[in-house]
Amino acid sequence: MDYAPNTDEQLQEMLRAIGASSFEELISTVPAELRLPAEAPARRPSQGGAGGSAQAGQRTLDVPHGLAEAQVVELCERLAGRNRSLNHVTSFLGAGAYQHLIPTAVDALASRGEWLTPYTPYQAEASQGTLQAIYEFQTMVCELLQMEVANASLYDGASSVAEAVLLAMRATQRPRVLVSEALHPHASQTLATYLIGADAIVQEIPTVHGVTDLEALSKALGDDVACVVLQQPNVFGCLEPMSQAGERLHRVGGLLIASVYPISLGLLKPPGAYGADIAVAEGRCLGSPVAYGGPGLGLFTTTSELLRRIPGRLAGCTVDQRGRRGFTLTLQTREQHIRRERATSNICTNEGWLALRATIFLSLLGPVGMQELARLNVEKAHYARERLVELPWVRAAFSPSPRDQSNDHDAPARGRPERGGAESRDDQPFFNEFTLEYDSGISVDTVNRALAKAGIVGGFPLADWFPSMPQTSLWCVTELVSREAVDRLVDVLRKVI
Amino acid sequence: MSDQLIFERSVTGRRGYHLPPSEVPARAPADVIPREQLRTAPPLLPEVAEFDVVRHYTRLSQLNFSVDTHFYPLGSCTMKYNPKLNERVAALPGFAWLHPLQPAGQVQGMLELLYELEQLLCAITGMSAFTLQPAAGAAGELTGLKIIAAYHRRKRRTRSTILIPDSAHGTNPASAALSGFTVVQLVSGRDGLIDVQELRSKLTNDVAALMLTNPNTLGLFERDIKAIAALLHERDALVYMDGANMNALLGIARPGDMGVDLLQLNLHKTFSTPHGGGGPGAGPVGVTKTLEPFLPVPRVRKRGARYVWDERARATIGRVHGFYGNCGVLVRAYAYIRTLGREGLARTSRIAIINANYLKRKLEGAFPVPFGDHCMHEFVATAKALNAHNINAWDVAKRLLDYGFYAPTVFFPLIVDEALMIEPTETESKETLDQFAHALLAIAQEAQTNPELIRRSPQRLTVDRLDEVRAAREPNLRWKPTEDISRQPSTPARQPHTPGPGRAVHR
Repeated sequence: MDYAPNTDEQLQEMLRAIGASSFEELISTVPAELRLPAEAPARRPSQGGAGGSAQAGQRTLDVPHGLAEAQVVELCERLAGRNRSLNHVTSFLGAGAYQHLIPTAVDALASRGEWLTPYTPYQAEASQGTLQAIYEFQTMVCELLQMEVANASLYDGASSVAEAVLLAMRATQRPRVLVSEALHPHASQTLATYLIGADAIVQEIPTVHGVTDLEALSKALGDDVACVVLQQPNVFGCLEPMSQAGERLHRVGGLLIASVYPISLGLLKPPGAYGADIAVAEGRCLGSPVAYGGPGLGLFTTTSELLRRIPGRLAGCTVDQRGRRGFTLTLQTREQHIRRERATSNICTNEGWLALRATIFLSLLGPVGMQELARLNVEKAHYARERLVELPWVRAAFSPSPRDQSNDHDAPARGRPERGGAESRDDQPFFNEFTLEYDSGISVDTVNRALAKAGIVGGFPLADWFPSMPQTSLWCVTELVSREAVDRLVDVLRKVI
Repeated sequence: MSDQLIFERSVTGRRGYHLPPSEVPARAPADVIPREQLRTAPPLLPEVAEFDVVRHYTRLSQLNFSVDTHFYPLGSCTMKYNPKLNERVAALPGFAWLHPLQPAGQVQGMLELLYELEQLLCAITGMSAFTLQPAAGAAGELTGLKIIAAYHRRKRRTRSTILIPDSAHGTNPASAALSGFTVVQLVSGRDGLIDVQELRSKLTNDVAALMLTNPNTLGLFERDIKAIAALLHERDALVYMDGANMNALLGIARPGDMGVDLLQLNLHKTFSTPHGGGGPGAGPVGVTKTLEPFLPVPRVRKRGARYVWDERARATIGRVHGFYGNCGVLVRAYAYIRTLGREGLARTSRIAIINANYLKRKLEGAFPVPFGDHCMHEFVATAKALNAHNINAWDVAKRLLDYGFYAPTVFFPLIVDEALMIEPTETESKETLDQFAHALLAIAQEAQTNPELIRRSPQRLTVDRLDEVRAAREPNLRWKPTEDISRQPSTPARQPHTPGPGRAVHR
């Protein structure tokens, strides 16, 4: 089926009005040799497997026949049914994609067609809803991150890191970019792709005991450093020394880029409070489902000083001819549709609908709700880690051994977790995500396979991203994980290992 | 009730959501997190009840024109109906509630869908392989340009120029510049198409690729596309096609047959996923067999009956997005393509083209179309005739809002004076097109009889014409507690809005 309302009779009538004898006349500029045959040879309707690979020179529209709504529902339900949804398993996965509660009102409001189906608000007077919501979003993001300026969103956390670095390089006219080893690898990989062809020198700063090595950072600083990118909490769940890093960096005139986790900011110090010049985040956790990792919501904030270099859309408050308050897209001379090859970014479509969801989410939670939510995460994650390290083969990673506490910077770096004694288990503070290390002989995969049989998705095997950390896994415990689920996890682990 | 900001509805102590009890031992944050890492003052978020939020965002939604409520003929944006079915399937927990790091064995249905979607897009475009990772059209362009750079680098040569027609979308030159290329503009021919002589004159050995849009932004098919592609290929330069206008080509012709080496599709245009007031979109990139090794990783692969993610690729440009792209959007596009099938896809472009030509014919008396005879899925008219009455395209756009229609794209493409770029799409009925034509023709009349009315439009919305100059000169990009820009304060006095220090969480 299709969604075109005009009947064949109407189409004939319209062709007559156009003065064309046939539809083919309208597309006479498409050379015959390029035309697909009007009636493609019938292909057996597939049983749900679609398509078929395109053969060069085969020149047909090799797509299965259309389906009725009920058939599409059945097909999609069958595909969805082959996935183990987070509604049916207990998941301890985080690692850049965090499952959080979504108040019912978020879906109810955001699914209205008036929110879902407009374009980017080019005609301000007919888009006041979207524009005011963006203005409210910008305000809330500024408040949450304690930054001066926020844009209307970028694609996701990873591309926001890349755009932040490009901004820092433009603003400072410097080539060197320092990136912590503990930045999410998708962010550093996306950054690397964005920097192909740019005259940038990217240098990785190693970690020690799970956090960015400040001494290594200091040694790498110089007056050619455009920026340092740090993530808070970092990819291992540990808290970075943001203030100290910022102070050292600012002495040489570089910009501090912080990639943060919005839910944590109900309790953790916001980037504006430790001197971040640019702060970005993956904001999907504010009211949108994990959705297999996308769409995301890139939050992008900076200082007033850098306002005119910011990438992406901005909504501003102004007045109409009668002095009434209204909202419009503004400072558009930064943007691609005006500035073309001299634009601050190529971004056009961003993640407006997720920004709306975040705005509704933050309105519902409010300042107290955000604080309580963050606290719930802290309490549940700490409870879970305490229970897990009861197991004799499990340790909290990154606890400094006595030797390392003597400030020995030649100690194994590269994020290699240290075997710590029981007394130092709590040394590396965390928010809702933590790294565990298993005894040798017990593999992360074996553990996870055993858990999967019990309907539990265990911690993420960090070796997938950090091959030097084979015995570690990254565990995330949000407010959605019940105490009972944690207790059951520990019981299952006791039985299987 | 005036349109307050949500912050102006705030009352200290009001709650909009209650969290469940903790069940685990209470713990003061300061006991587990060093004090210097803790926030000292809560963010100044609104304190409102759930019902406040519902009323506020319902009311705001009603201030929008949208596809669901209004004809939205925004050229180059393909504002077609967004089927409700697609929302239903995208919300299935088996898609919406999946973690991207779940083992492949737990997400076989999702991987199958992504794999099949790639195959369907290959079939529709005639390309050999797709990546679904780019989050929007411009992200797809950037991905394509990185691939172009990688292709030439692999051949151990430097190519720094991208040729782009002057009719191109602004994202094209912006993406090229962001990728480190120099943009050389091609002046369009008198027919609005790429001028082959002009192309030849600028086609040096430094040219990495030509970026073109087909049909172009005038809604005209580049009839010399094969010869153009051959010229580029003679110099081992590539042809990138901006696929934003693919709604004109479904079942009619495939870019892969035209000599196009790579292109992006805008699933939020051609494939009906809702635009959400500015995203999310999805901008998959399709390539020829030769360019497949450069595609971003990870790639979804079929191994026997199993689907897996494959991170390995020697020549890949790398990653362009976290995880796998906008999967929620991809599910919607998949449902759309399976619903339409081959006949529905072909009918879609056929009717989009008939609708555009019908509207063009009805309007061209008052709003001539400078380029082309018949158009494809959209056309660019000029409002120049109204200049005599001191009315420009912008004024026409604003007056249309009063008639209950969203405006066409205005002042673009740059090669048409006073451009009105109109794309009706296939999902609008003849009746709607007739009403829209009637409104535009009435405006042309008003230009003669009452031009002041047009210049002062819109009148029938909650605001009239906004002061965009002031917005840019005195940027006000966020609310502050003392804010009151209105000269007609109609809001009730605000409650003091500070979550006091005593408001810390006690449980």
